[in-house]
Amino acid sequence: MAFRAMISSHATQQSKWVPSAGVARQMSSWFGHVEPAAKDPILGVTEAFLADPSPDKVNVGVGAYRDDNGKPVVLECVREAERRIAGNLNMEYLPMGGSSHMIEESLKLAYGEDSDFIKDKRIAAVQALSGTGACRLFADFQKRFLPDSQIYIPVPTWANHHNIWRDARVPQNTFHYYHAETKGLDFSSLMEDIKNAPNGSFFLLHACAHNPTGVDPSEEQWREISHLFKSKNHFPFFDMAYQGFASGDPERDAKAIRIFLDDGHLIGCAQSFAKNMGLYGQRAGCLSILCDNEMEAVAVKSQLQQLGRPMYSNPPVHGALIVSTILGDPELKKLWLQEVKGMADRIIGMRTTLRENLEKLGSPLSWEHITNQIGMFCYSGMSPEQVDRLTNEYHIYMTRNGRISMAGVTTGNVGYLANAIHEVTK
Amino acid sequence: MASLAFSSTSASPVALRGRPNKLAIGVAQSGACHVSARGSDRKARLFITRAVAVEKKVSRFEDVAMAPPDPILGVSEAFRACTNESKLNLGVGAYRTEDLQPYVLNVVKKAEKLMLEKGENKEYLPIEGLAAFNKATAELLLGADNHSIQSQRVATVQGLSGTGSLRLAAAFINRYCPNSKVLISSPTWGNHKNIFNDAGVPWSEYRYYDPKTVGLDFEGMIADIKAAPSGSFILLHGCAHNPTGIDPTPEQWTQIADVLEEKGHTPFFDVAYQGFASGSLDEDAFSVRLFVERGFEVFVAQSYSKNLGLYSERIGAINVICSSSDVANRVKSQLKRLARPMYSNPPVHGARIVANVVGDPNLFSEWKAEMEEMAGRIKNVRKRLYDNLSQKDKSGKDWSFILRQIGMFSYTGLNTSQSENMTNKWHMYMTKDGRISLAGLSLAKCDYLADAIIDSYHNVN
Repeated sequence: MAFRAMISSHATQQSKWVPSAGVARQMSSWFGHVEPAAKDPILGVTEAFLADPSPDKVNVGVGAYRDDNGKPVVLECVREAERRIAGNLNMEYLPMGGSSHMIEESLKLAYGEDSDFIKDKRIAAVQALSGTGACRLFADFQKRFLPDSQIYIPVPTWANHHNIWRDARVPQNTFHYYHAETKGLDFSSLMEDIKNAPNGSFFLLHACAHNPTGVDPSEEQWREISHLFKSKNHFPFFDMAYQGFASGDPERDAKAIRIFLDDGHLIGCAQSFAKNMGLYGQRAGCLSILCDNEMEAVAVKSQLQQLGRPMYSNPPVHGALIVSTILGDPELKKLWLQEVKGMADRIIGMRTTLRENLEKLGSPLSWEHITNQIGMFCYSGMSPEQVDRLTNEYHIYMTRNGRISMAGVTTGNVGYLANAIHEVTK
Repeated sequence: MASLAFSSTSASPVALRGRPNKLAIGVAQSGACHVSARGSDRKARLFITRAVAVEKKVSRFEDVAMAPPDPILGVSEAFRACTNESKLNLGVGAYRTEDLQPYVLNVVKKAEKLMLEKGENKEYLPIEGLAAFNKATAELLLGADNHSIQSQRVATVQGLSGTGSLRLAAAFINRYCPNSKVLISSPTWGNHKNIFNDAGVPWSEYRYYDPKTVGLDFEGMIADIKAAPSGSFILLHGCAHNPTGIDPTPEQWTQIADVLEEKGHTPFFDVAYQGFASGSLDEDAFSVRLFVERGFEVFVAQSYSKNLGLYSERIGAINVICSSSDVANRVKSQLKRLARPMYSNPPVHGARIVANVVGDPNLFSEWKAEMEEMAGRIKNVRKRLYDNLSQKDKSGKDWSFILRQIGMFSYTGLNTSQSENMTNKWHMYMTKDGRISLAGLSLAKCDYLADAIIDSYHNVN
């Protein structure tokens, strides 16, 4: 529609606001053409759940960890860190790139305590607004410095990945990932797509605990992927939102990244502390790009800062302080490792229980995938219609792609959940 | 994309498995081949004759140039490096006490203590932010009994301080008003241009600062706003204009509103100093409330960095006052849709602090008192500086503009060379546009600063 025409017609028509006797006269708006946005598919689930008055309701929608009572958890190590930092520091602006202490610790976690890349200062890294912010910064960086490049995104993936690269105006392609029949990895198609992509393509890879499927390549498969990437000279960008949360062991969860590093790839990596440290609302994360040398890393970092400046100037301090306090203190770090293993173990336990329950109910389907998959999510294989039934008939809230957030499953609700799933799938 | 190539060197083909990059660096450092050379040298590389266990890739980002240092934050860096005792940091706009120390407000400490005791969880906020914060911030801005709030015509989304809120609004304008441009004052805060550039919103400037009077070029301002295409967005500083410290008078604000109405422009306020300018929250909101009363649809970006000293917590909000609640709902939903691929949802800590302070009557009163104190200190410093300048400067130059300016900053009227003289000769660190941050000035240092200004103004061209 000709916005100009609309504007000029508004300019002549616009009536002054006169609030009189409690009855206000409507005036025409500049934004009358703005349509309501569709609800976010993931966060919309929680909204709906909260609005539901049923006592039986279960939220297995958003990926936020819950304890066995279904309650949100703040880790002990986080509480202790907060006690230590309370009242100690002023709230002066962080440098544009964020807290250097936090960045240092984040890199050690991702690249290895003794990583030569860190020692050689080859990693351009900035504190970012959790995983989302890190991905967005990278997408914007990609757009600005490699304007002809595109991003290959797995099918399926976290929905917001598409939004991020779209708003950064980087064209998207997809590559095969999930195999619906086996509810596992479609490895041959994946490799085919990697091979067929033009040399030097950018690929988004989930480092561990793929969201939403929970399906990860095996170590051997990662090696083959890395090898093929080498011959195609592709750029691997890792989104690592679940380090420590998948297997319980952060080192193990970083295996894919380490394989690629060993093979000589120059990678990019988005890290989030939302899940593994339970810092969801603090928006603590890190974006890193491994460069050729220190000088290049300095240049790249300066450009990442330049991208962040007109988005938020400098990142929020509180979450960063928590992260650096925990990771920088051997005692607290040890406590954190225990707690993160505890969370991962509880989820692994729930996977086993859910599967057993379904099998005991005599389900005709195979539910192996529940225990084969890893991390917070289980791709159940249920259809949107079946999910709708779960919601409407059983007050069970999850995303319509059949993704179950295992973090929301407890000993208290696993039986109810299994029964409901059985009912809608038998 | 060129594949890796190194010239053959005397480096022995040691087992490289697991350490491929060490070789690459070693070779580069030995000078045997110039790996990271740009341009023509690259073509001169020979291929490896020995088998290397692993190839190191050539980086795609080799051509990425070093970004220029930020003009404002660079001042602080230079200040830190200076060893002279008389040095003063008049660069970045962060409040300092009379002892020139950073200041965490008492109410903030109390609020944080409350929060620590409550031990609330750290779950994701909704995309639009903390509800209690959003309610408090809109009411603070407009007044709780404002008609626009009562009739639910205000779309409020928590943002990453002023910057993030401005960016959300800019992204919205880019998407929904793609043929409109923004007019920004000349001069304005440096990051405004970056924000609109990166959001893809075209902008132009309206005259604002008059160097002859060191005051407002009101006629120029009105003329330029009038000349802009109908339906433009006019970026206005709600109070305490950054960098000049020069605000329109109430009468001038009314005339500005007249022009916007005549041209069908939309006012877009950046409110980074509410309460900090005059010391009164309501007084500082005068300009915004005037436009809302007049029936405009208004964009307002807010920041709590200065008035609550929450700089690094990144807490602010974007408010869009719309003509109906239906429009407000739709606008809010689209702001959320823009925020989701930027950072998903905003950080919780700062929002809770604000909500706690504003939500508790005692803390709220205490906050107002602390804000008056901060604004008061700055007014005192202005007075002292003015007195010193008037006494010491025998030329008869009128320095009273310093008293008329308001807020954290003062545009001294010094040009680039004069500003450089301030730094090089007197160790007064400031931005090259002649802006000084009075928040970084103590009464004790006014005397010295006056000498520096007088010298720079009269003896340097």
